[in-house]
Amino acid sequence: MSKTVEAYIEEINKDFSSIDLSVDDYGMHNAVVAKNEIHGVMEKLKEAGFNFLTDLTGSHYPENEGQEFQVVYHLHHFYNNLRIRLKVNLSKDDLEVPSVTDLYAGANWMERETFDFYGIQFSNHPNLSRILNVDDMDYHPMRKEFALEDETREDKEDKYFGR
Amino acid sequence: MSEVDIRKQAAVLASTETIDGEIATLNLGPTHPATHGIFQNILQVDGERILSAEQTVGYIHRAFEKLSERRPYNQITPITDRLNYCSSPINNIGWHMTVEKLIGADIPKRVDYMRVIMMELARIADHLVCNSVIGVDTGALTGFTYMFQEREKIYDIYEEICGARLTTNVGRIGGFDRDFNEALITKLRDFLKEFPAKFDEFCSLLERNRIFMDRTIGAGPISAERAMQYSFAGPNLRATGVDYDVRVMSPYSSYEDFDFIVPVGTEGDTYDRFMVRQQEIRESLKIIEQALENMPEGNYHADIPDFYLPPKEEVYSSMEALIYHFKIVMGETPIPKGEVYFSVEGGNGELGYYLVSDGGRTPYRLHFRRPCFIYYQAYPEMITGSLLSDAILTMSSMNVIAGELDA
Repeated sequence: MSKTVEAYIEEINKDFSSIDLSVDDYGMHNAVVAKNEIHGVMEKLKEAGFNFLTDLTGSHYPENEGQEFQVVYHLHHFYNNLRIRLKVNLSKDDLEVPSVTDLYAGANWMERETFDFYGIQFSNHPNLSRILNVDDMDYHPMRKEFALEDETREDKEDKYFGR
Repeated sequence: MSEVDIRKQAAVLASTETIDGEIATLNLGPTHPATHGIFQNILQVDGERILSAEQTVGYIHRAFEKLSERRPYNQITPITDRLNYCSSPINNIGWHMTVEKLIGADIPKRVDYMRVIMMELARIADHLVCNSVIGVDTGALTGFTYMFQEREKIYDIYEEICGARLTTNVGRIGGFDRDFNEALITKLRDFLKEFPAKFDEFCSLLERNRIFMDRTIGAGPISAERAMQYSFAGPNLRATGVDYDVRVMSPYSSYEDFDFIVPVGTEGDTYDRFMVRQQEIRESLKIIEQALENMPEGNYHADIPDFYLPPKEEVYSSMEALIYHFKIVMGETPIPKGEVYFSVEGGNGELGYYLVSDGGRTPYRLHFRRPCFIYYQAYPEMITGSLLSDAILTMSSMNVIAGELDA
């Protein structure tokens, strides 16, 4: 019987105070981690065999006061074929989170992309600059306050379906 | 000393050994015929030797993730077409399966097998483009023209199921909009009969060709450790010797029913990437044959009236079908709240969809894990210290697709 995600988290849990592990309806393990511990948690998980960073991205929840932004990491343990999703919640006033580029070289562009679209600052990143958008853009377009369409348009108003 | 440092040192050493030791800046791209897409690389070169490279990407960024936040789920399929446009069916079907995972749909076995056939055809088309273009970049144009003829036949098969060739928009959430017809089966059987001989000819042109081997062996190598560090996936990772394949590791769409091997390389250089793709084409043929032989009877779509459009005759004659049709077209489907990550083995590796639904008519957040975007960042490391002509080969053998890179 190979080790479960719970066992791995249990092992590193004594060093960290903030890991909140849960399993969602789709069988995926979600761990919410405080931002000052994320680098340490990732380091320990990498040592334990979660050495493939599948994905790193961000998202914006303007309704969640104090936790408006989220950085989402997907890690994969190849030997036991386990996946875990780590989340770091950030307040809109303090968007700084430690970079994991020193652990996973592939995180470099993924973090730049997240910075580009959400404005999340990754500290200790070697080159945190825009990647897909033009350099002189002065906002972060994936944030929810930027509607895709011009909100002042009236010709598309739909009084029957309410959108 | 790390692998990167060793290469950098070699590059510096090479630069002092040249005749005049003069360093030039060279713009490779954005629109250079040898880069097959819009990529810019600013190279520092000493004669033919590359000392450093700096990439600029984003030239065809189309804000797909932002667009997805305003589109109902079934309208996102055409967006996925335009990611890796060499193998659109894989992207489409991957997206459908992501939504099916979110809503917990029960998919008939026949749909799984039909999907496997479409996805493996797409993989063959994708790998054919990549490998024949490696030939072109080494100066062997002949194989390319022959293989593109074969790719046309795959596109003819696409046309029978969805009417389109490049941006296929194939299938629906829950399955397909129509069953495989007679013409498709005939074309598929013809393809399976005729393609292997043609492909063998292509193999004999390049696989053991001394000039081709001299040109590609040792060009643009990367070790397994560095490839894992860079989150490589797909043929590029397997060429380094790591046998990671999503189809085997986390089987989807009944891939566990099929008998196939996962080819791996050893050196992670251009030749290994080429050979891994060659072998994968043969394995894909095997999978298609198995799927066609064992195709189960049944429906070509799942029984999910909330998401799958009813047949047109019923829409015009029955009230219930009309209501469902109207609700689906208007995007009023009961999507549960949830957060899913689903991945398929795309032409270039693990193609992932991270979807957050808040129960609304459009995704709250949709992120594509695009393998090209992730592995292209290793390119400077792979070409530093090598010759300019090897850099071109390395790029084409990595199969960097601009659409997937920039999303």
